[in-house]
Amino acid sequence: MAGRIRKIARRSFLIGSVAVAGGVAFGVYKFRETPPNPLAPTDGAIPLNPFVVITRDGVTIITPKAEMGQGVQSTWAALAAEELDVDWEDITILHGPPAQAYFNSALFGEAVPGLAYKVGPTGAAIRDLAGGGAKLLNLQLTGGSTSTRDGYEKMRMAGATARETLKLVAARRLGVGFGELSTASGEVIARDGRRIPYADLAEEAAQIEPPEIELRDPSQWRYLGRTMPRLDMIPKVTGTARYAVDVRLPGMKFATVRMNPRRTGMFSYDASAALAMEGVEKVIDLGGGIAVVARNTWIAIQAAEAVDIVWEGPVYPETTEALNALALTAFDRSANSTPRDEGDVDKPQDGIEIAAEYEAPWLAHTTMEPMSSAALFSDGKLTLWSGTQAPILARDRTAEAIGIAPEDVELIVPYLGGGYGRRSVADFSILAARVAAAMPDVPVSVTWSREEDMRNDFYRPAAWGRFRGVVLDGQAVLLDGKIASTSLIGDSSPPADPDDWQMGDRELVAGAWDQPYGIPNYRVSGYTARTGMAVGYWRSVGASYNGFFFDTFIDELAFAAQRDPLQFRLEMARREHEPSAAAIEAVAEMSGWGKALPERTALGIGFTYSFGAAVAQVVQVSQRDRGISIDKVWIAADVGRALDPGNLEAQLSGGAIFGLSAAVSGKITFRDGIAEQQNFWDNDALRMQSAPATEVRVLETAYRISGVGEVAVPPAAPALGNALFRLTGQRARRLPFGDTFNLLV
Amino acid sequence: MARTLLINGKVHRVNLPDEVPLLWVLRDELGLTGTKYGCGVAACGACTVHMNGEAVRSCQVALGDVSGAVVTIEGLGSPDNLAVLQQAWADHQVAQCGYCQSGQIMQAADLLARTADPTDDEIDDAMSGNLCRCGTYPRIRAAIHDAAARMKAEA
Ligand code: FES
Ligand code: FES
Repeated sequence: MAGRIRKIARRSFLIGSVAVAGGVAFGVYKFRETPPNPLAPTDGAIPLNPFVVITRDGVTIITPKAEMGQGVQSTWAALAAEELDVDWEDITILHGPPAQAYFNSALFGEAVPGLAYKVGPTGAAIRDLAGGGAKLLNLQLTGGSTSTRDGYEKMRMAGATARETLKLVAARRLGVGFGELSTASGEVIARDGRRIPYADLAEEAAQIEPPEIELRDPSQWRYLGRTMPRLDMIPKVTGTARYAVDVRLPGMKFATVRMNPRRTGMFSYDASAALAMEGVEKVIDLGGGIAVVARNTWIAIQAAEAVDIVWEGPVYPETTEALNALALTAFDRSANSTPRDEGDVDKPQDGIEIAAEYEAPWLAHTTMEPMSSAALFSDGKLTLWSGTQAPILARDRTAEAIGIAPEDVELIVPYLGGGYGRRSVADFSILAARVAAAMPDVPVSVTWSREEDMRNDFYRPAAWGRFRGVVLDGQAVLLDGKIASTSLIGDSSPPADPDDWQMGDRELVAGAWDQPYGIPNYRVSGYTARTGMAVGYWRSVGASYNGFFFDTFIDELAFAAQRDPLQFRLEMARREHEPSAAAIEAVAEMSGWGKALPERTALGIGFTYSFGAAVAQVVQVSQRDRGISIDKVWIAADVGRALDPGNLEAQLSGGAIFGLSAAVSGKITFRDGIAEQQNFWDNDALRMQSAPATEVRVLETAYRISGVGEVAVPPAAPALGNALFRLTGQRARRLPFGDTFNLLV
Repeated sequence: MARTLLINGKVHRVNLPDEVPLLWVLRDELGLTGTKYGCGVAACGACTVHMNGEAVRSCQVALGDVSGAVVTIEGLGSPDNLAVLQQAWADHQVAQCGYCQSGQIMQAADLLARTADPTDDEIDDAMSGNLCRCGTYPRIRAAIHDAAARMKAEA
């Protein structure tokens, strides 16, 4: 609404103030105030900085990032080890405690206004400085594909600083010049061959001021740029990797929760049948639901389902139809943001005009490990084992929920059996803490049933896209996109009104407004749906639906212009962003685009620039006797710099399959205010026989390094949909495609 | 009622209701947490173990129905002594979050025990019950082919 005076929310003020000249200084100032090292020296383990601990038999590298499958802990270890000169076999990794020292500097940098793909050296510096603000918000978060960018310098600096400090001590001890020392395999080596292991130097090194350091040139790298054996691999192939669900302590009890799937309270409940079951110890009233504590998890789950509960109704409409109708009223209000408005889309243009509407459903995360935590409450203190993506948040919320101070929570973050954004919410940590608080001195393992996990998820919100465009002489001359979805900001803490945010909610439009295409009249607006449904971050967030809307519409424009869809995109990208053009060219070459195909076979291209990476995919589909098969996906991604090629390949391949799974069959629908889907039998994903073969090429042309945990998800759905159009002549505008097409699963 | 189980070559005595699934006996009573819970309804394969030399979903086998020797991922090999299949898995860097992989490996072990050199179609058939949300299927397939080749070379 023009002229509307917006309240300036605290967060947007911070972002705004670092974005302007004076604010940069503020950002720098805060950034340099080093947060205290949260690690205390213990017997034989000496922390040299928040990331490097020297022990008797090697080095422990603190990788304060949730390892949820993306290989982040190994990459962060390699960054530090590269400078520290320790052997890969001598490295131990630890997640470390929740601490401000581990704030995510990259995450906040991304919140600076402006098109990310246009960022050059100066812009990147401003973005990185803006990252200094993140610690003000205690943002220790693994998400947004930010870890690589966050750790890229920080971890190398941590390693280099530790190495140089150890050398200083060695120089003094050996009575030689600092410049005469080198380091290798965890030892400082003098020119005359004398060697001192780091462990013998660490105690003294921890006392002295670290010297100024310079990072090594990438040409000298030994670990980075190579595929390293992941440090979590052997544990994960032998069943010895520990997830929160695996914590076992003497005297442990096993619990599960059953919370209101409509997210309100209970009118009443009757637990007598449950309490009569053999092995059931206790039923705990949690207000919005119950927990059952039992001898083992299975008995707890059976008993929880046997509790007769009368739930209160939801605050949102009870059926998918009513919920979606309410969401769609968002288009009737003024836009939450219009971050891109180039040219004049309201001026009539010569050419062929087309319009299309798209829809993406509600989605669950369904991490393979259901929500789980273990907890022990004793002497007013809580020990919590939780696979959280946001440790400081989980610690603070948990403390608040059981009425203790955050310092009285010891949080241990084991491996995560998948995250995909779900584990950035603190709910499962809080519930485990509340169960433990009701069972003082008894360690409890709290595991959700798969059904509970699916009906009490924070769903990827359903979204709608309305697009209009004009093509003339084979070129797109106008694109006007409107997107509506439930904002995730309303769920933030403290709750905020997304329409009060100075910049608006950029996730509503991410993957659509920020595409590196030269279109003379280009506008994208986001509209805030207010549904009241519990929503959350889902791998690639706004780009998970906008990638589909925007890129499918581009494909429709190409068709209207009677152009080859790949060439059409390539020309637009060339005008705007070379790395994106390079990714499209690469995927064309890989997939043999334009060459003759076997009968009843078709290719489709999808492209999305998200989280700083340009990703192009080509999907091949073929008509078989029993249905349509997804044969193969070729993926070309520009990540700026490839730190671990093998892991990048795994993430890009897995991300595309994850995106295709949702595109084929992913959806959550509601009846009586409750998710109808219950388990994998009615909310499945691609499997061995239905997953395509993948082929990946990693490019390194972009100016900045980017992470890849999410970036392969957005282009997967449009690439598949565009291939289906080529194969069947039917345009796929509604997800999941399995509702419209006979796809083999 | 008290029952005797033979798991990974060791005898265990448990005293639990007969209907408790083997999965939870392993995980919660015996602390063998390598076997995972994913769905509880035979829809994901994360709980796969071998019973009498055959892959079964341990969430579907009631304690009262357990017969013969049980082998779990912990019994297949250990970090210091990897089974050929586990070595292939490590060499191909298959795992991402890793949560499904115990079940994948146990299912693949069963396949290779029956079919020394499986085709892609045979791999599809045998592995279709094992879900991987991280989408590691291409590497699982490669690791199975590789392990088959190694076993052949060793035989
Ligand atoms: S837990 Fe047994 S098949 Fe899923
Ligand atoms: S590796 Fe994560 S579910 Fe398979």
